[in-house]
Amino acid sequence: MASPVEHVRESGAPAAAGGPPPPGGLMRLAGPGGRPLGLILKLLLLAVAAAIAVWAAIPLIDAGNWIGLAIVIVATIAIFVIYLSPRMIPAKYLVIGTLFLLGFQVAPIIYTLTTAFTNFGDGHRGSKDEAIAAIESASITQAPGSEVYALSIGTEPDGDLVFLLTDAQGAAFAGTAAGLEPLVPGTFSAGATGKITEAEGFTVLNVGEASARGAEIAEFSVPTDDGAIRSQGLSTAFEGIAGQNYQADCDCITDINTGTVFTADNDIGSFVDPNGNALAQGWKVGVGFENFTDALTNPTIAGSFFKILLWNFAFALLVPVLTFALGLALAMLFNSEELRGRRIYRSLLILPYAMPGFAMLLVWRDMFNADFGLINNLFGLSVDWLGGEWTARLAVLIIQLWMGFPYMFLVCTGALQSIPSDLVEAAGVDGARPGYAFRTITFPLLLVATGPLLITTFAFNFNNFNAIYLTTGGGPFPADNPTAGATDLLISYTYRLAFGGQGADYGFAAAISVLIFLIVAVISIIGFRRTRVLEEVN
Amino acid sequence: MRSRHARLIALGGIVALLVAACGGSDDGGGGTTAATSAAGAGTATSAATGTTAEESPATTGGGAPAGSAAGTLTIWTDALYAPPVKEAADAFAAENGVTVNVQAVNETRTQFLTASQAGTGPDLVLGANDWIGQLVQNGAIDPVPMTDATKDLFNPAAIQAVTFNGQVYGIPYAVENLALYRNTDLAPEAPATWEDLTAAATSLQQQGRVTELLALPIGTDGAPAPYHTYPIFTAGGGTLFGESPDGSYDINQMEMGSDASIAANTRMSQMAQQGLLKTSIGSENLASIFTDQKTAFMVSGPWTLPDIEAAGINYAISDIPSFAGGPPARPFLGVQAVYVASKGQNKALAQEFATNYFIQPEVAQGLYDAQPRPPALLETYESVAAENPDIAAFNEAGAEGDPLPSFTEMAGIFDPWGKAIVAIVGGADPAQTTRDLATTIDGLIGG
Repeated sequence: MASPVEHVRESGAPAAAGGPPPPGGLMRLAGPGGRPLGLILKLLLLAVAAAIAVWAAIPLIDAGNWIGLAIVIVATIAIFVIYLSPRMIPAKYLVIGTLFLLGFQVAPIIYTLTTAFTNFGDGHRGSKDEAIAAIESASITQAPGSEVYALSIGTEPDGDLVFLLTDAQGAAFAGTAAGLEPLVPGTFSAGATGKITEAEGFTVLNVGEASARGAEIAEFSVPTDDGAIRSQGLSTAFEGIAGQNYQADCDCITDINTGTVFTADNDIGSFVDPNGNALAQGWKVGVGFENFTDALTNPTIAGSFFKILLWNFAFALLVPVLTFALGLALAMLFNSEELRGRRIYRSLLILPYAMPGFAMLLVWRDMFNADFGLINNLFGLSVDWLGGEWTARLAVLIIQLWMGFPYMFLVCTGALQSIPSDLVEAAGVDGARPGYAFRTITFPLLLVATGPLLITTFAFNFNNFNAIYLTTGGGPFPADNPTAGATDLLISYTYRLAFGGQGADYGFAAAISVLIFLIVAVISIIGFRRTRVLEEVN
Repeated sequence: MRSRHARLIALGGIVALLVAACGGSDDGGGGTTAATSAAGAGTATSAATGTTAEESPATTGGGAPAGSAAGTLTIWTDALYAPPVKEAADAFAAENGVTVNVQAVNETRTQFLTASQAGTGPDLVLGANDWIGQLVQNGAIDPVPMTDATKDLFNPAAIQAVTFNGQVYGIPYAVENLALYRNTDLAPEAPATWEDLTAAATSLQQQGRVTELLALPIGTDGAPAPYHTYPIFTAGGGTLFGESPDGSYDINQMEMGSDASIAANTRMSQMAQQGLLKTSIGSENLASIFTDQKTAFMVSGPWTLPDIEAAGINYAISDIPSFAGGPPARPFLGVQAVYVASKGQNKALAQEFATNYFIQPEVAQGLYDAQPRPPALLETYESVAAENPDIAAFNEAGAEGDPLPSFTEMAGIFDPWGKAIVAIVGGADPAQTTRDLATTIDGLIGG
């Protein structure tokens, strides 16, 4: 399939969409005279590829991600084989692009698709074991009326950990995995804070030594009658009781204070009591098509969906049409040979394109401020731009027009220069007025070159989250429905639904993304079909 | 010819690969987090805690994995607090023969949740108390049990704010709440009631000395509105939630939609009609309206102090007014605290740092020197308040305050609540809008 960039290039115009620069300089480096240099460069770059592979492999090995590791190894071997072999010329062209396609396009799509069928989100991020660990450790409280000990970490002669504890009265104990043993006075000495500094039969660790065994210490507990003594840092320990415990036989968690039993529901990934209350910490499970059916049947969503979809289409269509119209008009104006200082005008016109979009969106938001904004002050207006339904829509369109026209101007300038002037001149000789020649010759030829760009601009603006989120935030919102604003696009609306409520719901967001993808894909396919018809006419 | 081209493309490809690999860890992480934090400036929580991203410069190390070796402690904080935390951490490191690595991270909360799940998170993280619910729900932080003796060292309201489900989850270091700033050249007297303030401001406006009656951020998207209008809401008799027997919020007793809340929002609607509340004032232009002397009064928190001191304006800080004959205005009390990560590599050392080192007055003093906010540690607060009347005034203004709720649903409530306030300020019927808001919140809590 021909990409938009190739289209422009075929017609001889400069690559406006940011294609790679012509590789003239490098060509000379690797030319016939520089063969050894080329080989050295190639080996060097392959070595870099190998280094990157090793760099990527280490964390994968650490995490035990064998599938990821296998992919890295296979890809690296493939790169070496392909570039060291004198054959496989087509593969040399294709492999890097294919790897990038797989890594940055296909993998995220697959990840989004798989996420759409899970309940991944806040409270359901990890595995069931992690949820159980989180519930139990969050429920540990200090046993009522129990002692808080000053703690020193020590080791027994065989290297096993021991907690050397002193209570408020100055009595000392050695706590091991077997239990608590009092120390005989005189066999130990304690510092000012009560921490034991020396004890017969034990080695006292300093903080650095102790922290090296930090993971062990965090797991270590000294069993007591009621619960267990655990460390709190490296210098305090207390007797804690886990208020909620997991039992494998019933696959449930019992709250020892209230006696409530929370049974695991593996369909929703939560522990639920008989009244239907779930513990906050759950785990990730597959939920089938639930996210999709939710999105399509939820009454709040369905109620606002079509209104937003309509505006979404209007916005995505109007932005390319308006920017293209303005860009084309300016391009034709500056295409005229008689205009002096064309270069300066052209450079000035592409300035908006060179500014960082994020910052400019925020600046525009402030310019539309009703009381302090530049626009109202400059024109002496008192329009509440972002507060009115239609003025807010107009405002976002104006902002996008300003941000988008330089691109269209560049593209149209290039395309206009590629259209042979003798065609238009011939039409003139045949008696066609300039308007007619433009309509029948220049414009159709221009559309062949810019049509695919218009479609991609449409697809981009269909999901132009920043344009809305950073300016109006989707607003203004009707007083009775704070979820669907007048300038909301589907993407900003669903962002609010998926992330604005009770934390993040990635599964639901992924499902919505898939639905939006389907809409955009269908429209783009239809659009590209139409431009192909145009090309055939040409 | 063909093979030469192939070599060129290979070269280009590998260079691209190299650039992509290098950029992925450094430039990509830092760049995008800076950008998204600009986007997030003024979202409910950042507005609520006052740490707007716009104030903080872009920082590095956004998503850098914090692979801790034994004896290395990694601490994540925002850019504002990174220098003092680093100073305190270096002292701890030198004392104990360990290494401490302090990283300034934008969008700390989101980054921390993601990194925690991936096992690349830090050992300790600094943040606001309204994060606690979400962090606990995702098993990202552990309780840090405190003895009663340790609790007594702190402002009781700060301890209450970091207590969630009966457990203490963080070591608080700063308390934040709103107060009323006034320009003492324009308004020498602190207004006790909104009626006094309105009279004073209106007369200044009629004399042409100010253009705005009051600077209080609402924003067109309503992001800062709930936090900043809460004192008006409570002064008007409104409450958000009822209380459970232990004095904490009871989320099952939602009060929004009650007659009292409708009366309070009607008060707010009247203030908007008088021109006291405007959607054109948001987090981004709040401070400049006050420092440009366009208004004599501003409602904001201690995070605005540096701006105002830099502008060299004569100012004073007082309690947020109540309505004549009404109950006192109660701002939200937000607390900044340090949390121990559940999945940190060096949990014992992290707990040691948080529970035994971070509570020292020198550390609290260092944090205060970097960011002038009332310290949570009483001893430090006393010494700071004695020499800085602003800090004492903020503490006084927050004396009646309500802790910022930390349950997970709160983030979802702030969003529609802010939008309802924008609608009310814009002229919508307060009674109907409040009832619609109640329906929306009910849906969020129930669903």
